[in-house]
Amino acid sequence: MRRYKLTKPVTGKHNPAQPVDPVLVSGRGLVLRRGGRDVLDRVDVEVRAGEIVTLIGPNGAGKTSLVRLLLGLLRPDGGEVRRRAGLKIGYTPQSLHLEPSLPLTVRRFLTLAMAADRRHLLALLARVGLDDVLGRPMSGLSGGELHRVMLARALLREPDLLVLDEPLSGVDINGQAELYALIGRIREETGAGVLIISHDLHLVMARTDRVLCLDGHVCCAGRPLEVARDPVFQRLFGQRLADVVALYRHGEDPHHHDEHHHHAAIEAGEPQECSTTSS
Amino acid sequence: MLDDFLLRAFLAGLCLALAAGPLGAFVVWRRMAYLGETLANAGLLGVALGLFLHLPMTLTIPAFTVLLAMLLLLVERRGVLPLDTVLGILAHGSLALGLVILAFMEQVRFDLMSYLFGDVLAISRADLALAAGTTALVAVVTGLFWRPLLSMTVHADLAAVEGIRVERMRLVLTLLLALVIAVGMRLVGILLVVSLLVIPAGAARRLARTPEAMAAMAAAIGCAAIAAGLAGSVLWDLPAGPAVVVAAAGLFAATLALAPRAR
Repeated sequence: MRRYKLTKPVTGKHNPAQPVDPVLVSGRGLVLRRGGRDVLDRVDVEVRAGEIVTLIGPNGAGKTSLVRLLLGLLRPDGGEVRRRAGLKIGYTPQSLHLEPSLPLTVRRFLTLAMAADRRHLLALLARVGLDDVLGRPMSGLSGGELHRVMLARALLREPDLLVLDEPLSGVDINGQAELYALIGRIREETGAGVLIISHDLHLVMARTDRVLCLDGHVCCAGRPLEVARDPVFQRLFGQRLADVVALYRHGEDPHHHDEHHHHAAIEAGEPQECSTTSS
Repeated sequence: MLDDFLLRAFLAGLCLALAAGPLGAFVVWRRMAYLGETLANAGLLGVALGLFLHLPMTLTIPAFTVLLAMLLLLVERRGVLPLDTVLGILAHGSLALGLVILAFMEQVRFDLMSYLFGDVLAISRADLALAAGTTALVAVVTGLFWRPLLSMTVHADLAAVEGIRVERMRLVLTLLLALVIAVGMRLVGILLVVSLLVIPAGAARRLARTPEAMAAMAAAIGCAAIAAGLAGSVLWDLPAGPAVVVAAAGLFAATLALAPRAR
């Protein structure tokens, strides 16, 4: 949770006398239609302060669409999105297309979010595992560096909610573990909520609090191990992947918790069968 | 001193080049070069209707460029067709409509060349004041909204998530463009105003490492083209408008030689 200087009067939304709404963003019964097809069909989702929620699902499952609805970049055709008043969001899109005719250094890219001095920016870069690349042109960054720079820009505004769309693409295996550790630390230190999209399940599952499995609708939801044991998940992603997940969670979660997977179904509202056409 | 027609032409040209530099950078970054042409053609429709209805062109030209700009923003948000197709329809449609209306007026002898290239050497004091006012307005508004305008241009989604009103910024930029084109085409002609938007900014790209530097260099290159073009007009009796465009294109070619590798 955030810390306050005692000498300053505490005002505004963080007034401890009025407990802050723990729900950062939520969607209820979200429907999105495109080209006569339901991309999203009555999806419920919620991210609370201090939790890491991972959105998984095959290609075309509507993961990015759901995130864009939650961010307010798209309007739903049905249902309702609620963001906590004054919510600051840090967002890293899946890919960053930059116009080559626009010369942009890393420093200028970062300070588009807000003004910041060099020392602050360097500390931020160090945090996401980058050296002093402030003077480098954005067009000269590798895929992994680009994702780290995007994460740095998202963190610059000290967000209450981090939304990361495929943050691991272009990052090598060691870098992925590092980035996940970093996301975990940010959650611990700031109390921010984190919503991650991924179809790269291995590390995601090991580090996440709740998993939401999407295929146009919510197939299953719950804690990683519960979801991994869900037959719907196994059908969608294959038994082998479910085994991988179980392996990662091994030791954290005792074996005799089979009843949890029924809870998972309840948490997800009314889970429908996923189509078996996985990617 | 200010009744010297050459000095007035030079100052008005500098004003336009200063306004067109930063706006031109946005035109290049946002791939709106064709928008300039379309707005200019809408201005021609404004000329035609001004003559037809006996209204002052100082009003009808901006009225039509602004109207078309708003129409384009609507179409861009709702439409199925790609933007360049819509621009093509509107550009040629309004140009043709303007010419048809002009043909109805037998008593008016219309010289299309003068609207393509304008008559930069026939600028009055009032025209000069208009150019200066427009430049001041563009400078103030772009200065005030520089960061949100730039952020929206770099990545609209990130800008929106960070709290920037993207639609509003798009409107600000398009209206500024419509205004500069309207004023510019009245003073220096369609071809010159679009050239001053696109060519200096294109030339500045290879020399600049930051967006701010690119905008500033575009303004400077535009000023240099004005100076060189008018000098050529005086020394060798070249037509002033085309001479400025040729000078700008020459400067662009020079940057290709100076900085062969894009950064």
